[in-house]
Amino acid sequence: MSRVLVGVKRVIDYAVKIRVKPDHSGVVTDGVKHSMNPFCEIAVEEAVKLKEKKFIKEVVAVSCGPTQVTETIRTALAMGCDRGIHVEVSGKDYEAMGPLQISKIFAALAKKEEASLVILGKQAIDDDCNQTGQMTAALLDWPQGTFASEVTIDGEKVKVVREIDGGLETIKISMPAVLTADLRLNTPRYATLPNIMKAKKKKIATMKPADLGVDMVSRVEVLRVDEPPTRLAGVKVETVDDLVAKLKANGTI
Amino acid sequence: MTFALRPTRRLYAHLSTSNFVQCRTIKKEHTLKNGGWERVIPAFRSVCGEDGVSLGEAVREQHGRDESVHRCRPPDVVVWPRSVEEVSALAKICHHHHLHIIPFGTGTGLEGGVGALKGGVCFSLRNMDRVLDLHQEDFDVSVEPGVTRKGLNSYLRDTGLWFPVDPGADASLCGMAATSASGTNAVRYGTMRENVLNLEVVLADGSIIHTAGRGRRPRKTSAGYNLTNLFVGSEGTLGVITKTTLRLYGVPEAMVSAVCTFPSVQAAVDSTVQVLQTGVPIARIEFLDDVMIDACNSFNSLSYPVAPTLFLEFHGTEKSLEEQVTVTEEITQANGGSDFSWARDAETRGRLWKARHDAWYAALALRPGCKAYSTDVCVPLSRLPQIIVETKEDLMLNGLTGPIAGHVGDGNFHCIMVMDPNDQDEVIRVHEFTERLASSVSLML
Repeated sequence: MSRVLVGVKRVIDYAVKIRVKPDHSGVVTDGVKHSMNPFCEIAVEEAVKLKEKKFIKEVVAVSCGPTQVTETIRTALAMGCDRGIHVEVSGKDYEAMGPLQISKIFAALAKKEEASLVILGKQAIDDDCNQTGQMTAALLDWPQGTFASEVTIDGEKVKVVREIDGGLETIKISMPAVLTADLRLNTPRYATLPNIMKAKKKKIATMKPADLGVDMVSRVEVLRVDEPPTRLAGVKVETVDDLVAKLKANGTI
Repeated sequence: MTFALRPTRRLYAHLSTSNFVQCRTIKKEHTLKNGGWERVIPAFRSVCGEDGVSLGEAVREQHGRDESVHRCRPPDVVVWPRSVEEVSALAKICHHHHLHIIPFGTGTGLEGGVGALKGGVCFSLRNMDRVLDLHQEDFDVSVEPGVTRKGLNSYLRDTGLWFPVDPGADASLCGMAATSASGTNAVRYGTMRENVLNLEVVLADGSIIHTAGRGRRPRKTSAGYNLTNLFVGSEGTLGVITKTTLRLYGVPEAMVSAVCTFPSVQAAVDSTVQVLQTGVPIARIEFLDDVMIDACNSFNSLSYPVAPTLFLEFHGTEKSLEEQVTVTEEITQANGGSDFSWARDAETRGRLWKARHDAWYAALALRPGCKAYSTDVCVPLSRLPQIIVETKEDLMLNGLTGPIAGHVGDGNFHCIMVMDPNDQDEVIRVHEFTERLASSVSLML
């Protein structure tokens, strides 16, 4: 039957208050709580659901980064994935890592693992790129079902209901395909203690991008990171005339 | 066994200050008093920083009320300490100047606990919001007062652990310790009293104490006085809780929710007693009377039969759930229960429980424009049918609206008094009713 690759990204936890580093080179990550990107959780849940419904045989969780990302892979395993792949990227390569490099890695792995589906979150909450799924599909020349809020497997085809600006769009694409999960696709399950213990015994294979023939060089350089400007206090006026005068004075009217 | 009491003079005096009118205008004499504040405010600012002190009217009003029907009683000043050392320094200043201290967590209480009845300094603890010292293998964690129940469970979601005490609102955990919060899960997991291992408290004079010893988190102890449980439930009257160490539990593998209707209150409570007696580790067992179910039906467009109803929830492994549900269904049927429906998946369970979760709002919706005054009664389980039946008779006799919802597994129920705060006669009748209820309960042995 089929194998599904699911991408999981380790990001700063959504509940943390982000702070910019004093040198404006990025955000503070040391000592800050990290967890699986929420859209990746939804992707894992969908893959595990498909396996429970017996449409697919094996779910492989993949993450790229330093040793810490294995924690995120273990969470995916505790949610029901069968095995994991850790693509080791660290140091400068990890800091410069973006959707292009990740999609090259996933394209290579999808071919190597003979996957029928690659399921990713629609975007990561740290960079908000929303590009990896689309780039992966392009590199593989596979159809893509992005912003999926409902996925149904119908033989060799997949019916995807997509969330778009105008409402919902339903498409049918052939497998193999790339899907990206949107918020309303499902509600991810909590990892329970027994499953976390079982996950410790599941295998995580390690490899480097070079093993997949992927070059990690980035053509994007981050120049500076700034916080949004602080909100200024509002000004109260006593009468409507004052309001009009003030609006005229600052050129609004 | 109900009494007809004539309103006492104390009751009239109590009511003449029209307790149920929301936030009246702040009179001059309640704000900055003669001279004293001019020394104190700069002292506060030197501890909390310029932004950490506010005299603004809107800010003070926000900190003078909670979710209850009691009117706003704003403090004179609000301060936001960022650490236990700052709380201690502020407390020392207040102690020196004889100022009242009111700790404020999330303001989600239902008892009017944050009202500054004699003015004073509100210590808003929301900036102390760290989760500290999670020990997964020991099943414990320490949190600061700004961490809420849902915030902690979200933090713990990857660990397979959770903190199950659920009083309804997304309350501050230290606030829950201060009020000894209970809730729907108490029948299986206990209340705050059973789940707080240690507290860090700043006393009125600024001293910092650790009720079970600094950094200690034993699951049980026979050493020393139980100071932890002295502070749990002290409602902010003995000190400011700045850290609480909590007992965690494993997230249940699976959950099943069920609803069942009964021909009488007695049948519903009998079923509850029998379920507990058979040793089913039921997680939630909630009772709604016919008035409440009717309100819920109207509010949520549901169609539950209008009769005494039990909402149940089971936690456990897949196999144990099958057993628990089967045993419970047999018991409910034996007591004349009908329409036993149950759900396994999160979405359907959510819909089943929505009726119970929205009970407060459903009660309010019975009479738009009215306020709700919640009562909280706990009796031995065997006395529950009697007190509920008598309460319902009293309500009918006196023309009062009081839908009933209860944590029946603990012998606890809430009669939600829906009343018009501007109708003085109704306000008096509600008060008399609650006094009679209290008398009946005190006579129950």
